[in-house]
Amino acid sequence: MEKFQTLHTTGRPLPLENIDTDQIIPARFLKATTREGFGENLFRDWRYNADGSPKADFVLNDPRYGGQILVAGKNFGCGSSREHAAWALYDAGFRTVISSYFADIFRGNALNTGLLPLQVSDEVLARLLAAIEADPQLELVVDLPAQTLAVPAWGETFSFAIDPYKKECLLNGYDDIDFLVNQKSAIEAYEQQRAWTW
Amino acid sequence: MARTLVDKIWDAHVVRSIASGQDVVYIDRHLIHEVTSPQAFDEIAARGLELFRPSQIIATADHNVPTLNQHLPIAEPLSRSQVDKLTENCRKYGIELYGLGHQRQGIVHVIGPELGLTQPGLTMVCGDSHTSTHGAFGAVAFGIGTSQVAQVMASQCLLLTRPKRMRVSVEGELRPGVTAKDLILYIIAQLGTGGATGYFVEYAGSAVRGLSMEGRMTVCNMSIEMGARGGLIAPDATTFAYVEGRPFAPKGQAWNDAVAYWQTLYSDEDAVFDAEFVYDAADITPMITYGTNPGMGIALTGQIPSQVAEAEAESFDKSLKYMGFERGESLLGKQIDYVFIGSCTNSRIEDLRTVAAYVAGKQKAQHVEAIIVPGSKQVEQQAIAEGIDKILAAAGFELREPGCSACLAMNEDKIPAGKYCVATSNRNFEGRQGPGSRTLLASPLVAAITAVQGRIVDITQYLN
Repeated sequence: MEKFQTLHTTGRPLPLENIDTDQIIPARFLKATTREGFGENLFRDWRYNADGSPKADFVLNDPRYGGQILVAGKNFGCGSSREHAAWALYDAGFRTVISSYFADIFRGNALNTGLLPLQVSDEVLARLLAAIEADPQLELVVDLPAQTLAVPAWGETFSFAIDPYKKECLLNGYDDIDFLVNQKSAIEAYEQQRAWTW
Repeated sequence: MARTLVDKIWDAHVVRSIASGQDVVYIDRHLIHEVTSPQAFDEIAARGLELFRPSQIIATADHNVPTLNQHLPIAEPLSRSQVDKLTENCRKYGIELYGLGHQRQGIVHVIGPELGLTQPGLTMVCGDSHTSTHGAFGAVAFGIGTSQVAQVMASQCLLLTRPKRMRVSVEGELRPGVTAKDLILYIIAQLGTGGATGYFVEYAGSAVRGLSMEGRMTVCNMSIEMGARGGLIAPDATTFAYVEGRPFAPKGQAWNDAVAYWQTLYSDEDAVFDAEFVYDAADITPMITYGTNPGMGIALTGQIPSQVAEAEAESFDKSLKYMGFERGESLLGKQIDYVFIGSCTNSRIEDLRTVAAYVAGKQKAQHVEAIIVPGSKQVEQQAIAEGIDKILAAAGFELREPGCSACLAMNEDKIPAGKYCVATSNRNFEGRQGPGSRTLLASPLVAAITAVQGRIVDITQYLN
């Protein structure tokens, strides 16, 4: 996993609630057996017509917008557990998703992919969405060590929460798998002392 | 100290806790399928790791498989390659595979309980959000991402934060024509599609205790549709009777020991929940969804809401536009093009019996295509043994071979753009059943009656 430290970029607004992982990456594109290449089908059916031509009004096709942050409505990433949703966002160049809350499994998958799920209040989210639509060049600064999201144009900085262990993992590019494999003796001891074995 | 059911099971599986608050949680059973496992196997190989406990991994092919001519090679090359990869990985690592051609192949959440692999008090995971299904047995079962699939392969553990606890009780008796599916659609409509995010939900109350194991699985299956990581029901005599005698159920003295332990698995009377909701079973009527998330459900005879909060208006109207419906409208009388009966929510023998009992001697409406996909080879064989296949065929329903099928349309089973499908599955997301498809979620009974009538009706007027 790549390390995540800070991000100076702009955001792309997607002001819809309950964006499910079937929209992020439809099931018919889950047939690959590797992690790469899902970005081209990110938001496939919102982004392209059936004939493959781009839908001009979708945010990823709108030349006014750019940057590595997706700013989306609440309950982002609900539905299927497919980690391919996080891979698709990452593969398409996103490094942070800002929302006012995330579905549990997506949040975990994003953190395991090196994509930061950054939770803000409903009010801050509404302000961000409106401000980016008004000024697509609005600069956003994510500082993971400080756990802040700054909007220099507003002169404001917002703190965000992140689990301290997952923060360390992101900062250093560590995976849980490294940690868990090192727990083997404790795991074997646990297996030995279990009262029931059926 | 008084503990909830989730806490009792969780505590019994904590290997150790770390300073930042997470627990290293031991996983008893790991179910895998062809779609979310290949990258995990690759990761294990790339890191030069071994599988830690391959005997605790159980595999099946379900998401991609065709539901016609399963004896032939899979025609679609990408699906075939994914299924072949699973077969190859299972052979390489010595994992038991219930693949195509196996008499116990089926949807992962249908075959686990059938085999007796799903038992009270266990921790179970799968790279599939509907793993919550197994909670019906009083297990802590939840969906995980592919990185976590690799973690469990490598260590049989996950690093997890203990979930918050919610209890949803439904008291009283369900009305005629109201099933487990209506009960859970009602709860999701009350709490909303993200209403249980961060929680494990325990379902309780006399209406829940009165459900069969199949009904309980339907309820727990859809826990994720309100954001819950998992849902579960305290095991009781109904649970034990279902598990006893199955291939992987404990036998002899081990069975007696197991039951003695399972009987301790309930929430203590003084246990504290972080959130609690109580509903009256008499308030629940047959349900249907009208929108593009499972929380957008109403009584069959009700109206689509005409007022929503301003912040939700854009999403709400986008959803109605996709479905071709309007605010304040009733769904009664709407013509339906497809009926899909299947998925890990409702494809078990009880579901097929319900459909057969209703359609016996009737005909589906001419314009409706009605497809029934059993959850497993066992369900299929049982249906044939009971003559259900003949009843369905006579009524114009097509009985397919097992798989996830049109629930997520990864195989050839798709609903065409713009068409309406009453489905017994779990998700009505945009394009879920194929690009442009329009899904209305309902119970098998509602689906059967809709197929015969060809339009949405008040089913209580049509019960046998």
